[in-house]
Amino acid sequence: MSRQTHQPSAVHPARQEALQHPRKGIVAALAGALILGLTGTAFGASGIAVTDKEVTVGQLHSSTGTMAISETGAIEAEQLAISQINAMGGVLGRKIKVIQEDGASDWPTFAEKMKKLLESDHVAAIFGCWTSASRKAVLPVLERDNGLLYYPTFYEGLEQSKNVVYTGQEATQQVFAGLDWVAKTKHAKTFYLIGSDYIWPRTTMKLARKYIETVLHGTVVGEEYAALGSTEFGSTINKIRLKKPDVIYAAVVGGSNVSWFKQLKAAGITGKSQTLLTLSVTEDEAKGIGGENLLGFYSAMKYFQSLNTPRNKEFVSQFKAKWGPTAPIGDVTQAAYEGPWLWKAAVEKAGSFETDKVVKAEESGTITFDAPEGMVYLEPNHHLKTRLRIGEWRADGQADIVYTSDYIDPNPFPKGY
Amino acid sequence: MDAYSLSDLWSILVMQGFSGLSLFSVLLLMALGLAIIFGQMGVINMAHGEFMTIGAYTIYSFSKLTETYFPTLMPYYFIVAILGAFLIAFVVGYLVEYTLIRHLYKRPLDTLLATWGLSLIMQQLFRSAFGAREVSATLPDWLMGSWKPTPDIDIPLNGIFVMVMSILVTGAVVLFLFRSNWGLKVRATTQNRVMAGAVGINTKKIDRVTFAIGCGIAGVAGACFTTIASTGPTSGSLYIVDTFLVVVFGGSASLFGTVASAFSIAQAQSVLTFFLTNAMGKVVTLMTIITILMMRPEGLFRSKVRR
Repeated sequence: MSRQTHQPSAVHPARQEALQHPRKGIVAALAGALILGLTGTAFGASGIAVTDKEVTVGQLHSSTGTMAISETGAIEAEQLAISQINAMGGVLGRKIKVIQEDGASDWPTFAEKMKKLLESDHVAAIFGCWTSASRKAVLPVLERDNGLLYYPTFYEGLEQSKNVVYTGQEATQQVFAGLDWVAKTKHAKTFYLIGSDYIWPRTTMKLARKYIETVLHGTVVGEEYAALGSTEFGSTINKIRLKKPDVIYAAVVGGSNVSWFKQLKAAGITGKSQTLLTLSVTEDEAKGIGGENLLGFYSAMKYFQSLNTPRNKEFVSQFKAKWGPTAPIGDVTQAAYEGPWLWKAAVEKAGSFETDKVVKAEESGTITFDAPEGMVYLEPNHHLKTRLRIGEWRADGQADIVYTSDYIDPNPFPKGY
Repeated sequence: MDAYSLSDLWSILVMQGFSGLSLFSVLLLMALGLAIIFGQMGVINMAHGEFMTIGAYTIYSFSKLTETYFPTLMPYYFIVAILGAFLIAFVVGYLVEYTLIRHLYKRPLDTLLATWGLSLIMQQLFRSAFGAREVSATLPDWLMGSWKPTPDIDIPLNGIFVMVMSILVTGAVVLFLFRSNWGLKVRATTQNRVMAGAVGINTKKIDRVTFAIGCGIAGVAGACFTTIASTGPTSGSLYIVDTFLVVVFGGSASLFGTVASAFSIAQAQSVLTFFLTNAMGKVVTLMTIITILMMRPEGLFRSKVRR
């Protein structure tokens, strides 16, 4: 789908130049050392950009490129949280200053910008990334420079870095409870799995298949992956009709998602006649797909905008007041909102902005936040203990919550899968 | 496979046949505009997908306007909006040719770079104007749902619509190129620019209008695709690869080749996807295309132009 074909060259251009012009290289190295030495002293021993009045944090999402569709909500939510924290007096008496960088939907750019935020801006924490690919790209830089990242997206799990807090759900939290629900309430025995062809759907479906076969004693009658950006689902839909599964279990993302639901509806497969549970439709996607194409289908998420609690209503009205009345609030947007607040709680517990101390606080198991979705608990494994909700889509692009699970412990490395 | 009843298999066969035809019309509609621009003029227009996006956003804007100001006209707005999509994409194409393309006719590789840059600029303009999120036009009811000739068969209405549109547009392009005075001049310019100029054809004007018409058709294609796919700033980039594939495979200067190539690619992909997986279907289709192109570098149908 992407038209970018450039590969990182084996030898960095600057390095190449240094090899060709040894003397120039030495001069450059000296100049670099000088600059590093200067900035090093400017930020004190901790190496973090914090003064008596201000602390600097970074924001690293894609505001341009393919992923801008999804990441806009996260950017908005984080800025809302930060402005609210500042209005309350900031963190440890310091106002938060944000440096926003654009990853431009390009993974090497993410790594580059992460390096910039950590090594030249010396930010105390970073709120950012959306796709797993971008997270994997920044991870080496983040761990080497010992930074802090708050990552908002529900994802495939199988990762736990001491430098990352995962505020979205990992796969077991999103998959198992949802399958339990659909097996129980819809008496489902046969499942058709379909996803986009990359790591998150594939890992998720692997978990789902095993769970369906060993725990639910159901059958997977088909498993299919569509190329990212694919817009043609006619043949796949016909295969599904032939197999007549009790449940279509879907994790199709991006532009393909819109085609998938439009073509399902056009083929006469609607919420009236078919149970469909998806892991990849939030209110953000619903806006692009069109509520009428989703009517009666189900999503498994930890948060829906329609959640009827005073805390959530307050959040929704604050969000709309800042970003306009039509802005939808999806699962990831809400998870992104949790990032700055959890960071604030961890910093205050640590009494310091220093990474190692903050990480220790994060891992203490005592960091909680009264989020729009309800209380969330930061577990020592850097993931949140949360609930799972099932939403039934309405024609207006909002979902009615039909099921709320108990609290589910995060388990990024499930045994036996 | 488990036991399926004969009627089950029959209805799947019908629907699968339709799904192949529907993919064919999608590919054809995408490729027609490019077949004119690339095939007739030799301009590699990397921004072709963005002209489709112009069409898609036109539909979206019309749907919003109609919903707000003339809610009673909702069932009919789509027809007007498609004409609007053609006109807007035509005008933008005309301006692009005037400001950019005409300076680059003798430098095909630079055109590639310039139009790619243009596509990035246009994507960012869409993002600034309509926001980064995908949008969805409210479609009239007659475009939604399916036609059921029997209880087991569902023929998607939007598929029928795209099919009708691609027949109409193909017909119009054929008439334009082979039956109109304009078309005669276009073909003359393609075949021998100097001679065409010598007999009094304003070749610059011909270039401009041909390019604009190609863009206009892309706009119509984009408008039709709002019924089956997404509308976002980068939607156009989803189509560009398939579009070039169809045109190049068909033989770049042959309109009939474009039709034949769209048909064979669509059928191969649709049948293979049904029996293999999605990914394998695509792999086998592309391998076949590459093999054929290695043996026939000029595509399925060579142009009979004397060079």
